[in-house]
Amino acid sequence: METTTTRANPLIDPQLHIWHGEVALYLFLGGLAAGIMIITGAMRLRDRNAAWSSHLALLSWCAPLLLSLGMFFLWLDLENPFNALRFYATFSWHSPMSWGAWILLLVFPVSILFAWTQTRRSASGRLARFDAWAREREAPLAAWNVAGGVALGLYTGILLASLAARPLWNSALLGPLFLVSGASTGAAFLLLFRLRDDERLALGRLDLFLVAIEIVVVGLWLASLASGGRESRAAVALFLGGPYTVSFWTLVFAVGLATPLAAEWLERRHGVVPGRVAPVLVLIGGLALRWILVSAGQSTGWAIDVALH
Amino acid sequence: MSRRSRYVMVIDARTCVGCSGCVIACRTENNVAPGHSRDWIFTETAGSFPKLRMTIRSERCNHCKNAACVRACPTGASWYGPGGSVQVNADKCTGCKACIAGCPYDARFVDPRTGTVDKCTFCMHRIDRGMPTTACQDTCPTQSIHFGDLNDAASEVSKLLATREWYTLRPEAGTQPMVYYLK
Repeated sequence: METTTTRANPLIDPQLHIWHGEVALYLFLGGLAAGIMIITGAMRLRDRNAAWSSHLALLSWCAPLLLSLGMFFLWLDLENPFNALRFYATFSWHSPMSWGAWILLLVFPVSILFAWTQTRRSASGRLARFDAWAREREAPLAAWNVAGGVALGLYTGILLASLAARPLWNSALLGPLFLVSGASTGAAFLLLFRLRDDERLALGRLDLFLVAIEIVVVGLWLASLASGGRESRAAVALFLGGPYTVSFWTLVFAVGLATPLAAEWLERRHGVVPGRVAPVLVLIGGLALRWILVSAGQSTGWAIDVALH
Repeated sequence: MSRRSRYVMVIDARTCVGCSGCVIACRTENNVAPGHSRDWIFTETAGSFPKLRMTIRSERCNHCKNAACVRACPTGASWYGPGGSVQVNADKCTGCKACIAGCPYDARFVDPRTGTVDKCTFCMHRIDRGMPTTACQDTCPTQSIHFGDLNDAASEVSKLLATREWYTLRPEAGTQPMVYYLK
């Protein structure tokens, strides 16, 4: 006979444990894909006739591939995965997750078509007609690639930010934070591969700028929580002396932001072609940010009434 | 034109003794997954010895008028059912858990047997069949739990809320909870 009758819900108490590493990986890979889309699309828009190195052109295919991998992790997180098509049986305008499901549907064809235009080779038959059709639309596809990347990057943050019951996430700055972090990891990912020196220099400069912006946004996010109400202050305390203090300031700030910022600044100052150390650190920091946020956010909530009614 | 119902629950926190009968009755009535609860007993002691005061109350989904779970649900599986109650359509549920993360009362959980979300339904299967009471209400030995239509001025819940002082849980969350506690 079941005799436990107080708050005995192992999935909820002593704290929420519903989203695990799969969700963090999905948010990381989604942000990474968004970053690649924004950067490659913007580079093409900036100079429509620039000849890219073959590696950079091929890397534009990584956006749909990494997003597919991320969506696989998201699918693994579903408790009822064989009902997944239900996401596309309706559109709930008030649910960011529903927006996300439809944004993903837009992002796939756009990123695939854009990648096609960057890596086309000689085609024949029907493929030639498709190739010509896509080539004519290279500029609008690049613009859509940027727009789709921005929507995807923002959505990964807004998904968490819309959940008012979790004060750590419930900040309008989470969308911009995930967007700029996604763009930064996108630049870092591209720098892992063998690119031309001029491409490495441009991406290194861009990543330096993005990491600096991310540090500012992280600071604003923490400051907005610290100056908020009881629940917000309790949430930010997790990083200011609480159980996530060491992991956040070590992995996210020191490893993922401060060290790459210093390394990329030194590279730029001395005219050195960016290497792979700073990008690896940026990627570690990007994953740590999402992993820690997903975990820490679930331990925050509306306080149990402390005063008797 | 028929009048629209607004189902609410009124729980007398002065007479609840925390016997947990409501929890057991709910589990039995609704075949709740082992180890999980759709309702639970909350106890709180305040003050300094020897001036102590204790609150005991039976808590559950608040069937909010402005439900965060319904807003978070991407598939329409969480919806406003009869009398404004919040229900879950398991056929539409993907188990994404956005509703669980969105609920400020932590009233929801995943049923491990089905992979879908479960919570208090206000025993709508009984109400739909014309029964006037929920299982927890039926079993409460101190008759602390009352269920009814707030839009019916003659109902017991309307009279209680009109004549007694009451409060709701975390009204600052803005969800407009429909479970009331009598002081």
